[in-house]
Amino acid sequence: MLHLIVFLVFGAICVAGAVNLLVQSHPINSALSLIAVMGSLAVEYLLLGAEFVAVVQVIIYAGAIMVLFVFVIMLLNAGAEERTKGSQVALILGVPGTMLGSLLSAWVLLRHSGTRSVHVGAMPGPPKEIAQLLFHDFLLPFEVTSILVLIAIMGAVVLAAHSDSAPQPRKEG
Amino acid sequence: MSKTGVRKLNLETFIIVSVIKIVIAVVVLLTAVAYTVWLERKVVGRIQNRWGPTRVGPFGLLQPLADGVKFLFKEDLTPPHVNRLLYVAAPMIAVIFALTSISVIPIGDWITIGSIHTPLQITDVNVGLLIVLGITSLGVYGVALAGWSSNSKYSLLGGLRASAQMVSYEVSLGLSLIGVLIMAGSFDLREIVNAQSGTFWGFIPRWNIFQGQFVAFFIYLMAAYAETNRIPFDLPEAETELVAGYHTEYSAMKFAMFFMAEYANMITVACLASLLFLGGWHGWLVGPVWLREILPVFWFLLRVFAFLFLYIWVRGTLPRFRYDQLMAFGWKFLLPLAIANLVITALIVALKA
Amino acid sequence: MVPLSYYLVLSGILFTCGVTGFLIKRNIITIFMSIELMLNGVNLSFVAFAAQWHTLSGQVFVFFVMVVAAAEAAVGLAIIIAVYRTCDTLNVDQINLLKL
Repeated sequence: MLHLIVFLVFGAICVAGAVNLLVQSHPINSALSLIAVMGSLAVEYLLLGAEFVAVVQVIIYAGAIMVLFVFVIMLLNAGAEERTKGSQVALILGVPGTMLGSLLSAWVLLRHSGTRSVHVGAMPGPPKEIAQLLFHDFLLPFEVTSILVLIAIMGAVVLAAHSDSAPQPRKEG
Repeated sequence: MSKTGVRKLNLETFIIVSVIKIVIAVVVLLTAVAYTVWLERKVVGRIQNRWGPTRVGPFGLLQPLADGVKFLFKEDLTPPHVNRLLYVAAPMIAVIFALTSISVIPIGDWITIGSIHTPLQITDVNVGLLIVLGITSLGVYGVALAGWSSNSKYSLLGGLRASAQMVSYEVSLGLSLIGVLIMAGSFDLREIVNAQSGTFWGFIPRWNIFQGQFVAFFIYLMAAYAETNRIPFDLPEAETELVAGYHTEYSAMKFAMFFMAEYANMITVACLASLLFLGGWHGWLVGPVWLREILPVFWFLLRVFAFLFLYIWVRGTLPRFRYDQLMAFGWKFLLPLAIANLVITALIVALKA
Repeated sequence: MVPLSYYLVLSGILFTCGVTGFLIKRNIITIFMSIELMLNGVNLSFVAFAAQWHTLSGQVFVFFVMVVAAAEAAVGLAIIIAVYRTCDTLNVDQINLLKL
């Protein structure tokens, strides 16, 4: 019972944050609602027993990736977005379309999944066992991912660097 | 000191005990924050050959009370054209995350009061160390949003610089702790402390700092100074540089909340250092049974006090880094050193096993 | 005891909000955030299935998704900064020249 209540409360916060992301016009408000979504998702992961994944979600997603987003929004300081013709068309067609899609998939999922339930902490994910999997069965993806991150670091540094890198020669006289 | 073989508490008792622990922890932490401010003012004053607060109460001990009253009665200005919601929320975010990390920090062993056998910790989770790191990384938002919402150039620059500094040194902070983790084999703070019990040859305690994590301790120390924006890394909030950085436009209670958040972060970092490097609560246990249960708490607080004193001592002694020197130090010196420490520790542990 | 389909419905709602945001928003950064929202929805469904089938591989895959999302966010934001420097706007409708 308590499980259901906690799930519904944090699920409601997730959905409210996601909808708020769509509704707000200034990107900083969207970023903050996304942080709220990620925080409540971390609680949902904890309910399923995935403690390591929940904490990593907070540290990496909410604590590093979203900080990056907030930095860029603050640096670029572009302001709220305006309504254009294209965005109105997308609004009129897009919102009902995706709502229809989501209602359809929700109906199918709720009707045809049987009565399988999960209890609190259904799949405990202690760091030791995740590390076992990560460094034995999934070693190759792990190493490839680390190379991917290295490439991303180099790419980000090159792309965001200032274009005028060479200093101008000082004028004489 | 066991989790098995003892009758577990039922739900109602557990909730009541937890609420009592939370109340005690918050009250003690807030008082500690206030008296850390007093300690800093006294010690820095003595380093600078002056008295520090002496008028309010004996040795100026009631100075934090006077400061609290001052902050409550000061005029709470809100500059025009600020983003109201974020302006009010930023100090609250900073304080909430600064005070939350106390919930996984153990200050002593399991104690038995009457029929209740409970750890001296609000909650004992398997991933306690990661939770503290996560809360530290969330604390960056208080600073960044304060700088952004104040609608002032000094605040924005100070906020961006401070949050870039905090994010950069978080990496070295985390990496310096992995050496300790490899040696203890668990993220659980209680188990890491218990791996440091006992002594070498009868008198050198088995603290992690003596077990080879000496370099890691100093990396942690420097990264902690940078995380909490303290001298020598406090350029983003120094008065002579950016007026006051991200809390320029804040007055009265909101400013006091930033202040409290900074000192609460200091105390959290000091507690973590004592747990991970200085042996936690292990020390001489003498006397009757009730004394043996209280002494570990005393040893732990002594270590935390020593670390805080070191913080304040460094503040009174060193000049501050320039911002580019600060970032270069974090990325080009501290990070490679932390990685080297991690590799060497892992090698030694693997070769021993 | 919460039925597994509730978790999947929540994951579906998050994914759908992400798709909607991707389609209707005009600010590049907000579009990028909708992509992150989609990835989060998918992560939830991975962890839910890991709980149902009692295998930890779901959680390990979530770990990989997070790392890839971090790498993608870094490069994507660097691109956004570079685009802003040349086009001086963040509105996707106005970044419509092949040569900047």
